[in-house]
Amino acid sequence: METASNFLNIKDVSTAFKIDGQYYDAISHINLQVQHDEILAIVGESGCGKSTLATTIMGLHDPAETKISGEVDFEGTDLLKLDESGYNQFRGAKIGMIFQDPLSALNPLKRIEDQISEVMDYHTDLSAEDKHKRVIELLNQVGIVNPQRTAKQFPHELSGGMRQRVIIAIAIACKPDLIIADEPTTALDVTIQAQILDVLRDIQKENHAGIILITHDLGVVAETADEVAVMYAGQIVEQGSVEQVFNTPEHPYTRSLLRSMPQRDNENDDLYVIQGNVPSLQKMPATGDRFAPRIPWVPAEEHEEHPTMHEVAPGHEVRCTCYKHFQFPDEQGSVTA
Amino acid sequence: MWKTILRRFLIMIPEVIILSILVFLLAKAMPGDPFTGSINPKADPAQIHHLMKINGLYDPWYQQYWNWVVHLFHGNLGNSYQYQEPVTRLIGSRAANTLWLALFTMILTYVFALPMGVYAGRHEGKLPDTVIRVYTYVTYCIPFFVILVIGIWIFGYVLGWFPTTGSISSDATGWLHTLGSRFYHILLPGLLGALFGTVNIVQYLRSEVIDSKHSDYVRTARSKGVPSKDIYRHHIFRNSLLPIAAFAGYSITGLLNGSIFTETVFSYPGMGLLFVNSISYRDYTVITALVLIYGILNLIGTLLSDIILSIVDPRIRIQ
Repeated sequence: METASNFLNIKDVSTAFKIDGQYYDAISHINLQVQHDEILAIVGESGCGKSTLATTIMGLHDPAETKISGEVDFEGTDLLKLDESGYNQFRGAKIGMIFQDPLSALNPLKRIEDQISEVMDYHTDLSAEDKHKRVIELLNQVGIVNPQRTAKQFPHELSGGMRQRVIIAIAIACKPDLIIADEPTTALDVTIQAQILDVLRDIQKENHAGIILITHDLGVVAETADEVAVMYAGQIVEQGSVEQVFNTPEHPYTRSLLRSMPQRDNENDDLYVIQGNVPSLQKMPATGDRFAPRIPWVPAEEHEEHPTMHEVAPGHEVRCTCYKHFQFPDEQGSVTA
Repeated sequence: MWKTILRRFLIMIPEVIILSILVFLLAKAMPGDPFTGSINPKADPAQIHHLMKINGLYDPWYQQYWNWVVHLFHGNLGNSYQYQEPVTRLIGSRAANTLWLALFTMILTYVFALPMGVYAGRHEGKLPDTVIRVYTYVTYCIPFFVILVIGIWIFGYVLGWFPTTGSISSDATGWLHTLGSRFYHILLPGLLGALFGTVNIVQYLRSEVIDSKHSDYVRTARSKGVPSKDIYRHHIFRNSLLPIAAFAGYSITGLLNGSIFTETVFSYPGMGLLFVNSISYRDYTVITALVLIYGILNLIGTLLSDIILSIVDPRIRIQ
């Protein structure tokens, strides 16, 4: 019996990209766990390393251009030690990935059926007939109205929402234990987003898969996820259950993100804007809190020189010590007044 | 798909009509008339005037055009002034030579270019890729006729491996010997043509392969656990060939235009050599006919390209 233990253990994983002959960390020292039946959301701004983490787990980086260290323990196998053919035993079979842009993620020259059954060609011994049945079943499952017709179509004949459903069908074709969904709803309009998330949840219930949901949409996180990891500049800055992170956010970055979300009961129309940008890979500071430049009013002594994770509640961790006395400038005014 | 092809074919009809009108008007605009000097240098101008009249040369242009078209459909393109024989027969005897050479060059071109392009793209930045790129840059920089002249000099003259003129040796007898001799004569021009023709295709294919390699759908395929060699076979190769396929029709016309150089340098009796000779002898009827034929072949080339593309790319097909 498979218990609700962690089947995916990401330990101290760093991925560095080669730029002009030198390696720069895109993600550094990431620790994460995923359980069956769990949705772990990874949130953060663009460029903070969310997708790099996903492609690192999938082993999609060119080894000549990247340096990866750490351990990705998947059901007892360290994926990072596998060679290409070893990895192919996992990709598609035990780990499925859903990509961000459904418009370009499908081969324009192949029929939908061929693209879905290609996964089964490499991971199952099904006959052609059984594969066809499974394709139709999958298309049904992801909510495609006329699966027989869609199977024979080419990607350009489908809408964006339908293509994303096809990509989900590809990802789940072999009933993987882990599904990595990299911004699955970003390219879709809001009504389709909700449907796609429903499809994901239904599939999870059926397969007991663990899902890593990568998104920058906090609404999606609040609605779907169980656990949340907030990433900033290649590091996890806060981690906990959805309730913990949304109800008692601690790290200044998490609080800034939540503050910059539109609220229905917000009396003024201005949204909070986080100053500055995510630093580029080459300009990443070696020491100190990477978020410090974006909250310049916080005195330097509030930050740690080498920020580490601090447990604030069981299962709720925050990086650096600056969260303790953190206030937004307008809040400071109200406190002193 | 048949609809696409039919529709594309129908578009060609007005194109051919416009082309023929242009060719006809250009021929009309050329100086001289068909009778001065051709009968007798001392002929009476009144007699020539009479001949012009009964041959309809004073009719309005559209009527002359119509007569020309009617003759055209009867296979009558007039007589060559230079050779004093019907243009159709003159061209007919040379068209086959040009066709063989063009076909052979094209086959060689693709046989060389496809593996080179794919290999260079797949092993981007490695030594073989660099060698192939240097080869394409250097070849691209040299004008085609210079390549031909150097080729003839090295392989035909210095090494003496190949014949340097003609399409067949005069002493060839028996069909096997004849065929062998013909093949022997197109070998060097074909090889040199292919050497030059590969350049565009290799460069294009190489960058297409590199593009596809980094495309999202290849990443999807990798995330399915498809081994690298199958990714090349099922995803990258076919998708990279799209623009090459689109190019194939045009490359036929490119070869025919190139045949003007090749045939002149090799004194190979084909349409290209005939064209150049006709221009130097002001053989208007032959020039007109050849311009028309080259024009139509160009249109057929583009038609072929579109048909090939509609076969390989489902997005082009009309529902």
